Amino acid sequence: MELPDLTRRRILQGAGLGAGALLLDPWLPAWAQPVSAGLQTDSLPTLSGEDIRLRVARDTLMVDGKPARMISINGTVPAPLLRLKQGQKLRLTVENTLDEDTSLHWHGLIVPFQMDGVPGVSFPGIKAGSTFTYEFPIEQAGTYWYHSHSGFQEWMGQYGPIVIDPAGADPAPYDRDHVILLSDHSFTHPARILRNLKVEPGYYNFQRQTLAGMLAGKDQRLPDRAAWGRMRMDPTDISDVTGVVLNYLVNGHGPKTNWTALFAPGERVRLRFINGSAMTAFNVRIPGLKMSVVAADGQDVRPVAVDEFQFSPGETYDVIVTPGEDRAFTIVGETVDRSGMALATLAPRAGMRAPVPVRRKRPVLTMKDMGMDMPGHDMSGMSMRDGTLAPQVKLGPGVDMINPMPMDRTGDPGIGLDAAYVGPDHKVLVYKDLIALEPNPDLRAAEREIEVHLTGAMDRYMWSMDGKTMSEAHDPIPMRAGERVRVTLINDTMMAHPIHLHGHFFELVTGHGAHSPRKHTVNVLPGGKVSWDVTAIGGDWAFHCHMFLHMLMGMMRVVQVRPVPGEAA
Amino acid sequence: MKAANLGLAAALLVSAGPAFAQTADPHAGHDMHGMVHGDTPSAPAAPPAPTDDEPTGTDQPPGSAEPPPAVHDNPAARYWDPAAMAAAAEAEMHPPAPVYTKLIVDAAELRIREGQDGYRWEGEFWAGNVDRFVIKTRGEGTRGEGLENGEVQALYAKALDPWWNLQVGVRQDIGPHPRRSWATIGLDGRARYQFDVQAALFLSDKGQLAARLEGSYDLRITQRLVFQPRAELELAAQDMPAERIGAGLSSAELDLRLRYDVRRELSPYIGVNWTWSAGKTADYARADGRSTAERSVIAGVRFWF
Repeated sequence: MELPDLTRRRILQGAGLGAGALLLDPWLPAWAQPVSAGLQTDSLPTLSGEDIRLRVARDTLMVDGKPARMISINGTVPAPLLRLKQGQKLRLTVENTLDEDTSLHWHGLIVPFQMDGVPGVSFPGIKAGSTFTYEFPIEQAGTYWYHSHSGFQEWMGQYGPIVIDPAGADPAPYDRDHVILLSDHSFTHPARILRNLKVEPGYYNFQRQTLAGMLAGKDQRLPDRAAWGRMRMDPTDISDVTGVVLNYLVNGHGPKTNWTALFAPGERVRLRFINGSAMTAFNVRIPGLKMSVVAADGQDVRPVAVDEFQFSPGETYDVIVTPGEDRAFTIVGETVDRSGMALATLAPRAGMRAPVPVRRKRPVLTMKDMGMDMPGHDMSGMSMRDGTLAPQVKLGPGVDMINPMPMDRTGDPGIGLDAAYVGPDHKVLVYKDLIALEPNPDLRAAEREIEVHLTGAMDRYMWSMDGKTMSEAHDPIPMRAGERVRVTLINDTMMAHPIHLHGHFFELVTGHGAHSPRKHTVNVLPGGKVSWDVTAIGGDWAFHCHMFLHMLMGMMRVVQVRPVPGEAA
Repeated sequence: MKAANLGLAAALLVSAGPAFAQTADPHAGHDMHGMVHGDTPSAPAAPPAPTDDEPTGTDQPPGSAEPPPAVHDNPAARYWDPAAMAAAAEAEMHPPAPVYTKLIVDAAELRIREGQDGYRWEGEFWAGNVDRFVIKTRGEGTRGEGLENGEVQALYAKALDPWWNLQVGVRQDIGPHPRRSWATIGLDGRARYQFDVQAALFLSDKGQLAARLEGSYDLRITQRLVFQPRAELELAAQDMPAERIGAGLSSAELDLRLRYDVRRELSPYIGVNWTWSAGKTADYARADGRSTAERSVIAGVRFWF
């Protein structure tokens, strides 16, 4: 992109007109316009090439017809799609017009650590009013995204998709592809949301169990309610921040705008789902269509046919759908707590709509989510906070539970998606379904294992690892460059935590040996644990929960891998 | 078979180095069972070639190598301005402690009863994060007669665990009675079964010892309609004639209120309150011509910022 800014913008507008005529939202790039013919169309502008300029600015943009204060890149939210080619070089010049520092992190990209974009960990940040140049080669292919790692900026709109075409043939060929970037915009400032949660942790939950519900036979029966009350836990606390304050967007559009992805009947359409939200896990389905999952976190997997999948902030899935009929389908991103939906339409022509399903019954957590699931055993005497089970955890006011019996839940479909909620014939993706298409690059056994406890206190809205926030824990997690390490994440809370390691892919330990699925973000269900093996790459790498506020509250560490490249061992 | 396995495990331990060092512990020895199933590894120095029989990749159990030491060397400073990097690292790793504040008026109510109606308030302000500074105030009075009793407390609240706070500070009475100053220590928090509990001891500047115990519960009828019983007991260690309070249980109070959360921050309520004087305190009340039991219909508002 060596064109002057003005010229480029005019090109973007011209291309947009071709795609959607009067339905255009002029503040959005064409791929995210209310109607998209797909990313392949020549007329659709993306930022590509080896030299890309991004301009970060405060902006007032429309969300579902209402003006919203956001942080845009090149005038749009989501930020421009970076369409790249595996093997190319890339120089990204980022201009910060904000009155505060900013940063951009390339989520899922394997980059030299000093280009990873985390202020204070891998670089100093991009000062207000200054320009910073990132430069790195594009080693991989797949669907990724980028976002700010400073302040509340990511939540306020500073995120965008990345699609990297493979150097060779795509193992999952398609006729057309669309980016489906889900996010959770709030008209309330994120700092205010955090404050509300700090002073009243259930502030945004209007789906609690009630007496009226009990009398109507809903939710838990009295003994179960008493058992949860005894633990001082709320089994309806599924999402901290809910549809009460969030607007769920597809490519920047609310449900009223009905963003539409076009297809021609019979085509293989690749949908690149990115969960770019701050605090929301989504259940994704397209009623009437089977989805064939072909990539997870940008990495190719053996195709798995599913009706639905749940994914958390930071995760991506590529699916292929083959709609044969000349009709519209609704792409549904129902939030995990069922408090709202992100909606879009997949249709052969603009202006069509398919029925929107009603929101399903809100799930209620079970004892399995508390790490207490032993049929036939009396769990009543079991301690919910037995420090001897996790000696490295500092048992302070910020740790309200130690998982008494962490379970491997990689065979579970996620909260509220088991057969009791969705029926027996509805196939929901589980991590164990994922099998890497290619053999893993490093087949060595892990030389050692690290346990990391994901800890928190619901009533105080505190989040940490091993009972300490990042600033309380002065030491990073050390690894040797080239070392193969097993990391086991144990969830000691009753909420799910999508844990992201920067700059690496790790292989999930789900029984698939040399074909373990490679991910950069893995969701650890409540009551559960997840193990993965990773080959450490030299550098300082952020390692954190991708629930925005959980990270901000301290569920974060630096993984320190030595030596860094160019340094003697 | 077991012995043979152990022998193989030992051989592997010697030949394959640290990756198999875990065979020294009995659990890992168990894991080896699958590993050596059938055939002998051919090239001991190289990682075992993946076959259908041998676990490979992530199917292999981890070893027990020692972790490297953590260092504080800030390698990013080699690529970027070291001063800027140091400042950014300081901001990231040691951000300023956040201070949250909340002002809540839990009760601002009228008490409609036989004779002169009354009023009551109870509220607190806190600032901090895990540990907090707290200002509490409460009091009640009769319309036309003014304040009967009231107090302000200034406390430091130290979080003891996820649910309980230790509160230490001072209390100043502001009623018409002798305006005592007190030192106080108490517990404030959430008990099992989700009861909100406050318990405090008070020691006055005249050496008087008193205590207060308060508990309440939120029973959610609908998402916004909440039935909230609240009980309170006041105790004294000695007769305090000037305050018209006797030793032992001096008074008990029960509130049943129904509040409606218009929004989280604003909840009008109605309810009933019973207040009883007990023991010597009741004697004082009778001697003063006051009733020893009182029932009021209450109407008020709970709000917070």
